[in-house]
Amino acid sequence: MTKLDQLANWCRKNSLWPMPFATACCGIELMATGASRHDIARFGAEAMRFTPRQCDLMIIAGRIVMKMVPVMQRIWLQMPEPKWCISMGACASSGGVFDTYAVVQGMDRFIPVDIYVPGCPPRPEQLIQAVIDLQEKIQQTGTLKGREFEQRQTLEGPVALPLTALRPADLIVAPGNYLTATRQNSH
Amino acid sequence: MTFDAVVNLLRQRFGAERITTSQFRDNQRIHIPADKLHGIMECLHRVAGFDLLTELSAADYLHYPDARDRYGVWYVLDNTQSGERIVVKTWVNDPEPTLASVYHLWNGADWMEREVYDMYGIVFEGHPDLRRILLPDEFSAYPLRKDYPMRGKGERHNFPAITRAQS
Repeated sequence: MTKLDQLANWCRKNSLWPMPFATACCGIELMATGASRHDIARFGAEAMRFTPRQCDLMIIAGRIVMKMVPVMQRIWLQMPEPKWCISMGACASSGGVFDTYAVVQGMDRFIPVDIYVPGCPPRPEQLIQAVIDLQEKIQQTGTLKGREFEQRQTLEGPVALPLTALRPADLIVAPGNYLTATRQNSH
Repeated sequence: MTFDAVVNLLRQRFGAERITTSQFRDNQRIHIPADKLHGIMECLHRVAGFDLLTELSAADYLHYPDARDRYGVWYVLDNTQSGERIVVKTWVNDPEPTLASVYHLWNGADWMEREVYDMYGIVFEGHPDLRRILLPDEFSAYPLRKDYPMRGKGERHNFPAITRAQS
């Protein structure tokens, strides 16, 4: 890493422009983080823009359903380099409690993620900590021409389980007995 | 027109033995055969004055205790002049559950019938534009059927992944 890389990293990390991709209640905490009480402007990331063309930090705040995945991917591709991604909250990171046919079990299966924020939803302090961690990551790994991104060729997130890996009881959940709501185990 | 008068009207016109009623609290229901749905709905709209279709929905009664038919479809009708409300319920079965569309009576049935079709695969004959409304067009299953796995058949992960080098 050269001195010029370090200078570029110092500029970039202190002037992150978030793209708020808020689809659920995590978005409310994201708004609180941007508002005066928690004030993400103290860390140079207050300039939220609702167009991906002006942003370099995508914050996925909320659950992603299968209809939203192509939209999310297109917005990610529309953001100019260098760019980073924060997966905010349990739903964006793993699907959370929404383990249904329509909800993606972690958006890191489809786009690269730099920082995960646990919580349901996370407190603004946690999101600010994520921004601080991301700043450190940018300072340590960033290069002027984005060479660090070219090195990452493989998918970083988990891959989907094959359907055969799920037990039949996991696949079929129609209750065997509606009066007691017990699950029917064999079909 | 009171509930009893509506039931009597339908029994006179469509046969007493095939029209039954049930009640849950203040929810008075008329059970009708699916093949008479079109005529009965037209009668309720034109004669009995139920000019508003408030709700159209369905449920899958697979494995349900004492259920004889698979899908229940109900129509909640309102008379906006008198404030009366009735629930009309009918039943359809596999394979190819089919009902007559009520779109030409209440245009508000448009999206509601599309949603029932989307979730249960019940086809409404005569609907002008019966296609999926919530799920993507390429979705091949009907997810609110009870024999559909809750975690789906892999649809939620059937997308290409973007790596760092590609983006």
